[in-house]
Amino acid sequence: MEIVLDVLSWICIVAGSAFCLVGAFGMLRLPDVFARMHAAGIIDTAGLALVAVGLMFQAGLTLVTVKLFLIVMFILYTSPVSTHALAQSALSMGVKPKLADDADGNEYKKEDEPSKT
Amino acid sequence: MMFSVAAIAILVNMGMVLALAIKGPTVYDRILAVNSFGTLTVLLIAVLGFLAGRPAFLDIAIVYALINFITTIAIMKFFKYKFIGRRSGEDLGGL
Repeated sequence: MEIVLDVLSWICIVAGSAFCLVGAFGMLRLPDVFARMHAAGIIDTAGLALVAVGLMFQAGLTLVTVKLFLIVMFILYTSPVSTHALAQSALSMGVKPKLADDADGNEYKKEDEPSKT
Repeated sequence: MMFSVAAIAILVNMGMVLALAIKGPTVYDRILAVNSFGTLTVLLIAVLGFLAGRPAFLDIAIVYALINFITTIAIMKFFKYKFIGRRSGEDLGGL
């Protein structure tokens, strides 16, 4: 029983750390703030929840598990709220999302030219 | 052993997120990076509590999670409206 819990804990903690690394790497590599929010969501949901579940397997049915559950639920509720507020704030202050049309190096989409289709 | 692995991975992530907070072109990149840094700090406090054998650190992690959310909202309000509180007797136009 002990070894089963240890193996489950290892799997969850390593997977959560890997998701955290993917999220942090995405935050460095993605082009603009709206794409970076997507990468930050990986850290806030998959990374945090998996590492916390791995810690829960180690703690057993105690008060520690309840506290970890509270942390995970709180961050799962507040992370979309703050991300949505950040996106709305960035849009209203004039940050334009990068579109696929200007992936060839153009910073701004020329809207006065007719489209090439 | 597993807690050490998790702590090292979280520390590496915190370094990468902090690099984004330093290099981010707009202020919103920096706010996003600081928000993620706070989430990773909550996780690091929880893992360090297990690593030290004292899971009472989780209370600090709960408080840090609460403060982190309020901080993000307050910083965004500050950068949008240039102040946080509402001054008395001033019409702010639909706030």
